[in-house]
Amino acid sequence: MTTSYFLDYLWLIPFFPLVAAALMLFVGSLLPKNAINFFCLGSISLSFLHAAGAALALLALEPSHRVFQQILFEWFAPGPIPAIGGPVPFLADWGYLLDPLSCVMILIVTGVGFLIHVYSVGYMSRERGYYRFFGYLNLFMFSMLTLVLANNLLLLLVGWEGVGLSSYLLIGFYFQNKSACDAAKKAFVVNRIGDAAFLLGILFIETTFGTIRFTSQGLADAVAFAGINETLGAMLGQYRLFIGAPALTTIALLLFVGAMSKAAQFPLHVWLPDATEGPAPVSALIHAATVVAAGVYLIARMNAIYQLAPVAMDVVAFLGALTAVFAASMALAQSDIKTILAYSTISQLGYMFLALGVGAFSAGVFHLMTHAFFKALLFLAAGCVIHALSGEQDLHKMGGLWNTLPAVSRPFLIATLAIAGIPPLAGFFSWSEILDQTFSRSATLDRYLFLWIVGLLTLGVTALYIFRLLFLAFFGLSRVPPKVEQHIREVPKTMTIPLVILAALSIVGGWFSLPTLWDERSSFDKFLEPMVRDANLETAAVRFSHHSLLIEWFLITISVVVAGMGIWLAYKLYPSRSPRHSKVAASWPRLHNLFVHKYYVDEIYDALFVNRIKDLSTTFNLFDAKVIDGFAVGGAAWLARALSRISMWWDKWVVDGLVNFIGKFTRSLSHPVRMLQTGVLSSYVVFILIGLAILLVYYSHHMQLLVRSLR
Amino acid sequence: MMSPEHYLFLSLALFLIGCIGVVTRRNVIVVLMSIELILNAVNINLVLFSRVFGDVAGQVFALFVLAAAAAQACVGLGIILAFFRNRETVQTDEMDLLKW
Repeated sequence: MTTSYFLDYLWLIPFFPLVAAALMLFVGSLLPKNAINFFCLGSISLSFLHAAGAALALLALEPSHRVFQQILFEWFAPGPIPAIGGPVPFLADWGYLLDPLSCVMILIVTGVGFLIHVYSVGYMSRERGYYRFFGYLNLFMFSMLTLVLANNLLLLLVGWEGVGLSSYLLIGFYFQNKSACDAAKKAFVVNRIGDAAFLLGILFIETTFGTIRFTSQGLADAVAFAGINETLGAMLGQYRLFIGAPALTTIALLLFVGAMSKAAQFPLHVWLPDATEGPAPVSALIHAATVVAAGVYLIARMNAIYQLAPVAMDVVAFLGALTAVFAASMALAQSDIKTILAYSTISQLGYMFLALGVGAFSAGVFHLMTHAFFKALLFLAAGCVIHALSGEQDLHKMGGLWNTLPAVSRPFLIATLAIAGIPPLAGFFSWSEILDQTFSRSATLDRYLFLWIVGLLTLGVTALYIFRLLFLAFFGLSRVPPKVEQHIREVPKTMTIPLVILAALSIVGGWFSLPTLWDERSSFDKFLEPMVRDANLETAAVRFSHHSLLIEWFLITISVVVAGMGIWLAYKLYPSRSPRHSKVAASWPRLHNLFVHKYYVDEIYDALFVNRIKDLSTTFNLFDAKVIDGFAVGGAAWLARALSRISMWWDKWVVDGLVNFIGKFTRSLSHPVRMLQTGVLSSYVVFILIGLAILLVYYSHHMQLLVRSLR
Repeated sequence: MMSPEHYLFLSLALFLIGCIGVVTRRNVIVVLMSIELILNAVNINLVLFSRVFGDVAGQVFALFVLAAAAAQACVGLGIILAFFRNRETVQTDEMDLLKW
């Protein structure tokens, strides 16, 4: 086993952000701004360097040996090993796994994360709680890196929950705003639904396979504790499991529900648009690079199980396709620039799930990567626009910014072209890769043809809404209120440099995976191959069955044509001086309303769940008021009162009576004596004289003797 | 020739006059004066018996009584003055706060 510094110190990659986060959150308020910048940017850049070094070290290895595992310490130690055939004891390590898949992920997370940190230095410079923001960002980076580097599902869950926690904190960063708090809570609660399913899935995996480690490859104690992949293979070999086994389908569906909540897929997508309440860099980090990617990563990581559960695969693919087209249509009618991008993200993630669902795992991960580049760019550029316009997010109050903000508008155009799938930008390669793979699978399964059509439609709609955004924000006449226009702020260099880098990545990002046109299989696909090696059971047959060159060209042409049509439509509808888009809205008012109100999903949830829970609470409240408070508490109170009334009677008449009786008795005895004390001086003198007279009379005998002695 | 009895009767008369004054008069100042009478009746007695028994202690004691009476008159008049400032009266029947 070859070793290198970067592989040996793999654990440093998540460790740096953890240290920085601890530093910021414990003593950050005492540090000057420069020190905060130094520690936070320093930690992420060190992480990125180590990630890049680890990636290079991994690339230097033989393709079949590109799995590196490192166990830091035993986390849940196994109990005594039972008799053969008994249940395998539960084991979980705090261990990191580096393989091509997690390698791609750590590069995206640390790379894009670093650019977002640089951008935040400019964006957040005037905000209060600067250190808090960077502390949360670093906590987030730590959680995300733990998530993608985890070598078992339990550690992955730690990162998963950490990501949920830190995105809650970041979305609710402006905690003085009620809407931000609500959005943060919504994100947290919706994610809880998925997390519960995910946890169930993990437990189900533990009971089915007796292990939660992904793989034992690259481990010394591999014999004792096999990973999921090895156990799966063994169980298939012993015919204890089969393709489409209920256990596998259940596991796959449970994990998918978890992934759905993180990646904001259709029924659980509601938190993501609201999450734009956070600062723009947070939106970029959450929406683009990381949180939502966690869902895709999870399914790609567990692809061995998914490939054996065709039903779950179909669910993933169809829900993904549904989400893709449904979110894209919502993005068409929104007016908040960040909300449009949020729906765009949901749509793109749906697209990734479509890719995963048809078995094109590497294409899905590839789209995740290119999407991270151009969506981070879109969000950061939108943040610049908002920053320049003093917080204005409404698209109808923008326009004509192309020349006003040149450092923002040029990178934005590149991102727009990239997401619309225009060659040779990054988006084109990943879009066409997914469409191509979906189409090639439709040769065996007719329903995939439907998915391909939906994918193509989504591409067109995506081009339409993103160019609508571009035209409304940057072209046409300025609709910026004059008051704001006078104060258009200069965008600092720290904010524009990340835009330029991301724009460059959005151009060249796709070239890592040239489409199958020039090679039998794309280079990216080959790089990720070890990760999906065990999984070529059902789809393997179609995976490599390549259609003719002519069809390839046809597919690429058609996708470009569809994207071009979307752009043309946007150009026809939006850039002109008269707001013709309102005419479009007027001619299909119902459809427009449906889009504007986001298919009433929030309202349906309110009606189905939120208000039902409120009703339930009201019922409980009534129960509480009537039965608990009324009967139990009230009854107890009544009883206590009755008892105390008896006690009071006893106290008043017997105890106090005795005391009072003694008092009154004494008083009545003393009454005559008291009456002597008149306060009148002369009466006292009379008493004295009477006393004197009595004394005289008493001693009269002595007096006589005295008088007699005088004679 | 004056016998000791005469002095005794004088003393008795003074004492009784004083007593009657203390009991019947309502003006505190008069009461105070009556008390002086009583004290002087006692003084006469003390001097008388000093003479009769040839012991000078009685006369010394009378001097002490005079000093005590002067001090008492001082304190008494002071109290009366303070009382008068508060209540605007020197009548004993209106000084009845210390009753039951």
